[in-house]
Amino acid sequence: MKKSTFGPWLAVVLGAAYFLIPLIATVEFSMRMKRGEYSFEAYRVVLGDPRFQASLGYSVALALVTIVIGVLLVVPTAYWVQLRLPKLRPIVEFITLLPLVIPAIVIVFGYLRIYNSESWLPLTDSARGTDLLLAFGYVTLALPYMYRSVDTGLRAIDVRTLTEAAESLGAGPATILFKVIFPNIRSAILSGSFLTFAIVIGEFTFAALLDRPAFGPYLQLVGANRAYEPAALAIIAFVVTWACMGLIQVFGAARGAASK
Amino acid sequence: MSFIDIRGLKKSFGPTTVVHDFDLSVERGEFVSFLGPSGCGKTTILRMIAGFETATAGSIAIAGTEVAHLPPAKRDVGMVFQSYALFPNMTVAQNIAFGLRVAKKGSEEIRTRVREMLELIKLPHLGERYPYQLSGGQQQRVALARAIAVKPQVLLLDEPLSALDAKIRVSLREEIRALQKELGITTIFVTHDQEEALSMSDRIVVLNEGRAEQIGTPFEVYNWPRTRFVASFVGTLNLLTAEVTDPAAGLMMLDGHAVATAQPIAGRAAGDKVTVALRPEAVDLGGAEGDRIRLPGTVDDVAFLGAVVRIRVRLAVQTVSLDAFNQPNVTLPKKGDAVTLTFDREDLLVLEGER
Repeated sequence: MKKSTFGPWLAVVLGAAYFLIPLIATVEFSMRMKRGEYSFEAYRVVLGDPRFQASLGYSVALALVTIVIGVLLVVPTAYWVQLRLPKLRPIVEFITLLPLVIPAIVIVFGYLRIYNSESWLPLTDSARGTDLLLAFGYVTLALPYMYRSVDTGLRAIDVRTLTEAAESLGAGPATILFKVIFPNIRSAILSGSFLTFAIVIGEFTFAALLDRPAFGPYLQLVGANRAYEPAALAIIAFVVTWACMGLIQVFGAARGAASK
Repeated sequence: MSFIDIRGLKKSFGPTTVVHDFDLSVERGEFVSFLGPSGCGKTTILRMIAGFETATAGSIAIAGTEVAHLPPAKRDVGMVFQSYALFPNMTVAQNIAFGLRVAKKGSEEIRTRVREMLELIKLPHLGERYPYQLSGGQQQRVALARAIAVKPQVLLLDEPLSALDAKIRVSLREEIRALQKELGITTIFVTHDQEEALSMSDRIVVLNEGRAEQIGTPFEVYNWPRTRFVASFVGTLNLLTAEVTDPAAGLMMLDGHAVATAQPIAGRAAGDKVTVALRPEAVDLGGAEGDRIRLPGTVDDVAFLGAVVRIRVRLAVQTVSLDAFNQPNVTLPKKGDAVTLTFDREDLLVLEGER
């Protein structure tokens, strides 16, 4: 007897409706800025706003800095744990999961307490110092995603043997890391980087409390004062995030093909 | 002094000692195999020579230089791994060039050397391929080329043929040996396959539980195993228990029959139980002339193995296997037939006591 597919299809339709209806409604609403017609006026206004460009540019720059710091911190750590300290793996995994458990507001208040103008390392004294602090905060925030991506990539290759092969050919640790390990987990690093990028672009708490002109606070500001532009901004942010996810898929597929 | 000189090498992991006081001297250009079952310590010794494991005690000298304290990159030792360990992000040519680039050789020199290596491994047209585009045998040849491209003093091969299928294994082992002879590179080869060790090596080190049971040429190890372990691990052997009656005359009782070995039985007294080894190919059915040993028995089993027929004959208590060439015009005995086994006194080997 043929099994009925009604139940599974109903679940798919309900799930899709749960996600798509608000999205479609937001798109529809964002296009009603001009009375009586659909237009991209809200998008034109948003994209033409110098604060939009400045805040998005700031967040993109910060995301890139975050990615660089994150990669330089996570890849050698995960590599070393896998190669020499496998017993430490549960501890490192626990530490990397902490940002998911501790609310961002707690972390940022901790930062403000440690790095304020009275402290021994007054990072919040200057705009550049605060930017750096914000980047460090974002590295922490993205740590669970970056670490998992990199760790998964490292598990997919024979780290120990590749390292030993390179060592026997005279290579030192830096050569091994940059010439052998990094290229072989490139797609994993890219996955972690895109996830980091998506997190940083939409982040509000850190940027608002450290008073930095990032995209998150701009989203909030526009949302509080305008009607149609926030909807357009939400869609733009959504597109950026999904573009990142799409790129992860593209690089993941490329890696699958390369390792055949 | 030998080219590689290993003295008192020991390796412990916590309370477990996996290599006990290992000594070995290897001459320049020699091909030495470490042969033993899994967990016997052969790979651990190889890894200590390569520098991937730190010795708990002992010394390793290569060309007169103590290397035990040096990192792997400073030992001038090439290594080939069971899993090939080619860098997946690099082409075949880039893999071969890796060590030369690390050594900061000139680009022309690198190009020439890579070309030479590709010719040497008979893959001159595959330089631009990636490892995943090659077969297992091709990958291992590239790994070999990569290891020798930098002209190391010593080549270490860690079960390089184990992951390959039988046919490729045989042809590649011949290639490796030919290459080693051509280059004259001192080589240590780890394997658990006795056929590989016997066919490729100048000398074999048979290892068991972290100790060298016997070191000798393939001929010596095969024909004159010193211990029960070596006898049972290298080739197929009949291991029989006998009771010494006159050690000076080499006399003993084997399943109720008096037999004499060619040599006196050293270190044993009358009444001692000893293990004697007898190769299946040394035993014949009937036809004894001269002073060959004769033992009566009953055929227990006849197994056809292709070129060889293995016949199992029961003596009074113990069983002896013998190998006869498959000759279609010769009638083989059947199960239950009464037969006489004959063999030379020299073929009866009294093994040293068990550890």
